[in-house]
Amino acid sequence: MRLSVHSYSTVARIQGPLIFVERVMQARMGESVTIVFPDRRKLEGEVLKIEKNNVLIQIFGESRGLDMDQTSVEFTDAVKKAPLSRSLLDRVFDGSFQPLDGLPHFVPERWAPVSGLPINPIARARPQELIETGFSVIDGLNTLVKGQKLPIFSSAGLPSKEMVAGILQHAHAGAVNSVETGKAFVVVFVALGLAHHEHEFYRQALMRMRNRFVAFINLADDPVVERLLAPRFGLSVAEYLAFVHGEDVLVVITDMTNYCDALREVSTAREELPGRRGYPGYMYSDLASLYERAGRIKQMPGSITMLPLVTMPEDDITHPIPDLTGYITEGQIVFSRELHQQGLFPPVDVLPSLSRLMQRGIGEGRTRADHRDIANALYTHYAKGRDLRRLEVIVGREGMTDDDRLMLDFADAFEAEIVHQGTERRGIAETLDLGLGLLQRFSLESA
Amino acid sequence: MTNRITGISGPTVSASPKGLKMYDRVSLGDAQLMGEVVRLEKQRAVIQVYEDTRGLGVGEPVRSVGKPLTARLGPGLLNRMFDGLQRPLDGLYQEYGAFIQAGKQAAQPWLARTFSFIPLKRPGDETRRGESLGYVEEGPFKHYIPNMEADGRIVRIVEGEMGLDDPVAALSDGTQLYLQHDWPVRLPRPSRGKRARVEPLITGQRCIDFLFPLARGGTAIFPGGFGTGKTILEQSIAKFADVDVVVYVGCGERGNEMAEMLEEFSALDDPRTDRPLMTRTIVVVNTSNMPVAAREASIYTAVTMAEYYRDMGHNVLLLADSLSRWAEALREISSALEEMPGEEGYPTYLASRMAEFFARAGAVETADGKTGSLTMILSVSPPGGDFTEPVTQACLRTTGSLFLLDTNLAYRRHFPAINWFQSFSLYEGDVASYFNRQVSPQWGLHHRRCREILQKEQRLREVAEIVGTEGLQEADRMLMHVAERIRREFLMQNAYTEDAYSSPEQTNEKIGGILEPYFRDTNTPTHGASGTEPGPDYPRTSLGSKNARPEA
Ligand SMILES: Nc1ncnc2c1ncn2[C@@H]1O[C@H](COP(=O)(O)OP(=O)(O)OP(=O)(O)O)[C@@H](O)[C@H]1O
Ligand SMILES: [Mg+2]
Repeated sequence: MRLSVHSYSTVARIQGPLIFVERVMQARMGESVTIVFPDRRKLEGEVLKIEKNNVLIQIFGESRGLDMDQTSVEFTDAVKKAPLSRSLLDRVFDGSFQPLDGLPHFVPERWAPVSGLPINPIARARPQELIETGFSVIDGLNTLVKGQKLPIFSSAGLPSKEMVAGILQHAHAGAVNSVETGKAFVVVFVALGLAHHEHEFYRQALMRMRNRFVAFINLADDPVVERLLAPRFGLSVAEYLAFVHGEDVLVVITDMTNYCDALREVSTAREELPGRRGYPGYMYSDLASLYERAGRIKQMPGSITMLPLVTMPEDDITHPIPDLTGYITEGQIVFSRELHQQGLFPPVDVLPSLSRLMQRGIGEGRTRADHRDIANALYTHYAKGRDLRRLEVIVGREGMTDDDRLMLDFADAFEAEIVHQGTERRGIAETLDLGLGLLQRFSLESA
Repeated sequence: MTNRITGISGPTVSASPKGLKMYDRVSLGDAQLMGEVVRLEKQRAVIQVYEDTRGLGVGEPVRSVGKPLTARLGPGLLNRMFDGLQRPLDGLYQEYGAFIQAGKQAAQPWLARTFSFIPLKRPGDETRRGESLGYVEEGPFKHYIPNMEADGRIVRIVEGEMGLDDPVAALSDGTQLYLQHDWPVRLPRPSRGKRARVEPLITGQRCIDFLFPLARGGTAIFPGGFGTGKTILEQSIAKFADVDVVVYVGCGERGNEMAEMLEEFSALDDPRTDRPLMTRTIVVVNTSNMPVAAREASIYTAVTMAEYYRDMGHNVLLLADSLSRWAEALREISSALEEMPGEEGYPTYLASRMAEFFARAGAVETADGKTGSLTMILSVSPPGGDFTEPVTQACLRTTGSLFLLDTNLAYRRHFPAINWFQSFSLYEGDVASYFNRQVSPQWGLHHRRCREILQKEQRLREVAEIVGTEGLQEADRMLMHVAERIRREFLMQNAYTEDAYSSPEQTNEKIGGILEPYFRDTNTPTHGASGTEPGPDYPRTSLGSKNARPEA
């Protein structure tokens, strides 16, 4: 413990979001610092690296206006913490946890380190309670369960926010709820680099769920580095609501691509060796430190379910951002530009989509005894139809057997009737009946 | 004197070097984090820290523990889950709750237990280092207690209920021997040498046992993009493999998966012993959000425990998911150490470290003159599903078999998504002759025909792309039909159903049931050139397998 306030004006270098300070005594790794601008403005920062008494600091904000002489840095002797209280609900903050809704800051009931602590794997309870989202492609084919992390892989220009809003709206209607407790979700909404028009769209979606949300909004023209902090605040809040207050929390983060770009920006400024596409080699571990905070804990009532949104750069699923995300999350919902162009909503390609925790959430006593068989049959036949489309392009429909033509028709009908549903909400039973009906119409077995 | 922290960078810490030795374990700071000295310079010692360095401050003390990173070996390891540093996760949970805090040591909950020791030696007997002194009962088998100290003459040896830290024997030079001992995890345990014997390791996965069989003491990797079924396959093999002990390492992967595994393995019984599967299993887990340096150590902790059971003469299986996460941890540490990067930022010693690790697999003659085996099955997670990346490539140089998991198969829900053209097993020839003898004389023939059909199907698909399926001849269509049956009914194996395990007999019956009617209908003689022995075109270990190397 250091007793006196440590303030230094020995700034040696400022570079992008980084400050190098010299002759610092006893700095701590990850220590939270306050950077005082020449004009007395203050910004938060964090210690990234220490070499003897030289300290490297990352600033959560714009370094514009800093200078070498008058800038000072105050060391707090503690790691960054998030203020917590139930009166967080219904509030909107920026990426530095400052109120954006014009109301005064709340009085914290407690504080928690923003980076969280890893859940002991032995303490984890298996996610297995179904969440009904109202979308057939999720509920029927890639079922989401409480405590799961399931990202949406979208592409520029595709209606991902409409799908997210759809899910949020059902939350408002009390439809996104656990079948077992019937309790509505609390939504922690984290926006990173959000465009203004999107902001308005989400604002309205959130407005509809009074008292059941907390939002952290970092807009497109807000400081980039704040994007590294905002999701951590969001998750600390989620952990508090879930594991202190027993709430079922749904964390929506949009857009993880902007998060990763911020990470790359800091890494580049640190002159670290760039990995694939310039993203740092530790991006997997860094992303995991966010995504792995989803889950349930034995003998605790709450849960954290995560729905991060990832925009695949160049529609490429092998790009490091979706790739590393897919390696950590428990499946993914993948959008297809082609389906979108055909006017389908949600334009989800079910073949690369996956929910790894589906098996536990479906079947007798959870959804319906025939759920697994219906889903498997729909998948198998649709995959076959999709394969045959390639052949159809080359040899034409006439060159194919009757059986093959049937599969082509099936794939078309599957997209038009199961995948496509517009803005209407479908219950799980309705989805399964549709699937069963489709299989029967084509005389296909569901086992 | 106490050394002091002078710098902190990611998972590494610099400290004043005086008195520290290479690979010394150290305790860091007021939080008492665990670390290991990995580099010594005139001005500083560099320490790899096994816990989160956040909150650690410059000037805090560094104390040497005086020995390298070790694993504690003795009764009580089975049926447990450890972190990468062998801290018992049940103990941590009981003492500190649901979240793991840095610097916390947990009591080993089994330490208080006693075990009934039965000596195999008597006072006056000579004992050599490595040899067993006696055993305790552990589940279905004898847990032999080795003398890992020195050669010598026994002057005292006990019998009866003993605690782990009670001496069970003493040598004439005064050395005390205990039920448990510590072993440095990075040092392979000694044996009397490798044995070249080929016995299959039956996994219960038809695609593996039939097409690409494994041998005990062998190594296998399966690289595959995300969602291609690596974890499900690892866990299925962990459940069904015919081995005595399974050590499973969740290396940098998901917490939920491990919780699921623990629950399932505690509920399911091992059909061979009728005891819960967990009782033959040790789980080492360092999830992706746990400290990277401990992730790097986790595979060594695991392989050391695996070798320990191998040395008792058991067949041990080490499964790691995923080796890529280990390699990435190595890369993160190397970059914090500011080492010269090699390909894709991995340190230049990546391949040699991996080769050293693979070399710890094998069938060995133990100090007691028994045979023990350690088989490794490791998953690899190539970025972007691109198999040309350094980790996959380094593995390919040493592995005995490759099961390549194919994203396209996975998208079509063909699981296990093992690509049957690009996978290979160097054990194939030798092990297949075992199956020919033990299971069915038709095994080799079926194998050959199955391969042929799959290859012909591939060619026919290409033809169909030109002439259309309508344009194929009846015989070709029949072949495509039987190939589809092979894929759908034989190669596919749903891990969530009864079909998850298939014995070699069931495997043989199933393939026979598909192939025989086809060959009857197409009037091909049921017996090939040789009904009992693999034919001359059968790939043999010594020759390598001619069409099995991946094309990419
Ligand atoms: N043998 C199988 N039977 C049925 N389903 C399977 C099988 N193997 C895989 N799957 C399906 O594929 C999903 C992904 O499998 P798994 O989690 O093993 O992938 P992975 O390769 O380990 O991915 P990652 O690299 O992201 O960890 C499973 O959740 C399951 O739905
Ligand atoms: Mg996996």
